[in-house]
Amino acid sequence: MSARAAAASVVDPEIRVITIDELGILRAVEEDPATGRVTVTITPTYTGCPAMDVIRADIRRALAVAGHPDAEVRTVYSPSWSTDWISDSGRTKLAAAGIAPPAPVPAAGVVPLTLAVRCPHCGSPETEQVSRFGSTACKALWRCRSCSEPFDHLKAL
Amino acid sequence: MNGPVDFTLALGDDALIAAQRLAEWTTRAPEMEEDIALANIALDQLGAARLLLSYAGELEGAGRDEDALAYLRDDRQFRNALLVELPNGDFAVTMAKLFFLAAYQLPLYTALAGCRDERLAAIGAKARKESAYHLDHGALWVKRLGDGTEESHRRMQAAVDQVWPYTHELFAADPAAPVDPATLRSAFDDTVNPVLVEATLTRPEGGWAPAGGRTGVHTEHLSYLLAEMQVLHRAHPGANW
Repeated sequence: MSARAAAASVVDPEIRVITIDELGILRAVEEDPATGRVTVTITPTYTGCPAMDVIRADIRRALAVAGHPDAEVRTVYSPSWSTDWISDSGRTKLAAAGIAPPAPVPAAGVVPLTLAVRCPHCGSPETEQVSRFGSTACKALWRCRSCSEPFDHLKAL
Repeated sequence: MNGPVDFTLALGDDALIAAQRLAEWTTRAPEMEEDIALANIALDQLGAARLLLSYAGELEGAGRDEDALAYLRDDRQFRNALLVELPNGDFAVTMAKLFFLAAYQLPLYTALAGCRDERLAAIGAKARKESAYHLDHGALWVKRLGDGTEESHRRMQAAVDQVWPYTHELFAADPAAPVDPATLRSAFDDTVNPVLVEATLTRPEGGWAPAGGRTGVHTEHLSYLLAEMQVLHRAHPGANW
């Protein structure tokens, strides 16, 4: 398996339904053709994200299994991660797992319009925010007024 | 202050001490949602602190990493503003501190994102998004408590009056720094004033302006905070789990 495919197959340890590639935190995978050394570049969702150490370890393990034992994982902070980097397949998987995907981040200077967050269980737009912070730094807690189910919402950032 | 090392250290210490104070609310907040909120904000501050202290250590060039700076300095070597080391008080005091801190950190990190130092610019660009969320959260509570019941209004006004003098230190001029804090005062006022008006709170007059944090002269509260934060690392150097 190519180094790129191996690194891209690592799942996010806190949202285990999507890969770090779909989440948009895998920024680059470079392989030195002469030495075979692989350099992977990732960026955190939030500065204090406690999953980063696990993600680094998972990447090195996936690369070793795929035949790339000599690997380095670098962390960059610029450009800073945005939920706009989550891929379409990532959004679909989030919704299927009961996590409402984020709306597009409004451009600077645009008056922010509050869009309804659709319930990932029944599709109703009749939802309300219960808590601005949720089970991980990147999520908020919402509730559906139609089906009464609570759900996580990945905050636009 | 003395150039980018002290400046970076000051910002890192602000974030670290704010994180430690906010974390004291964990399992003690007035409601479950707020418990999670304060812990999340503390985690954001800790994330920024780690980046800033790591970089300060590199700039200093004396071989100190983030752990050495966080766990092996005494109070006189910390450069945080007094605001962040003040005890949590009641929930209104915590919200006044959070609101004023975020109203300072947001324009600070935004300005940092455009500065010439690439590392600081990257940290600023990342942290400002999180600060914007903290500011929203603090402002919501200031309004809710200020424009709430007679008792919540009384407590919120008392909290603003108590914390306000400590905001002046944040904007002490430092023309040599990558971002001169004095240039952030108008953005702070533009954020704070309308929120206080909406919250039916009175903005305190100038007057007493305690300072000293940036030169290592702290309140008596910092030593106790450091004792708790540092005890494990000092007893078991390099402890890891």
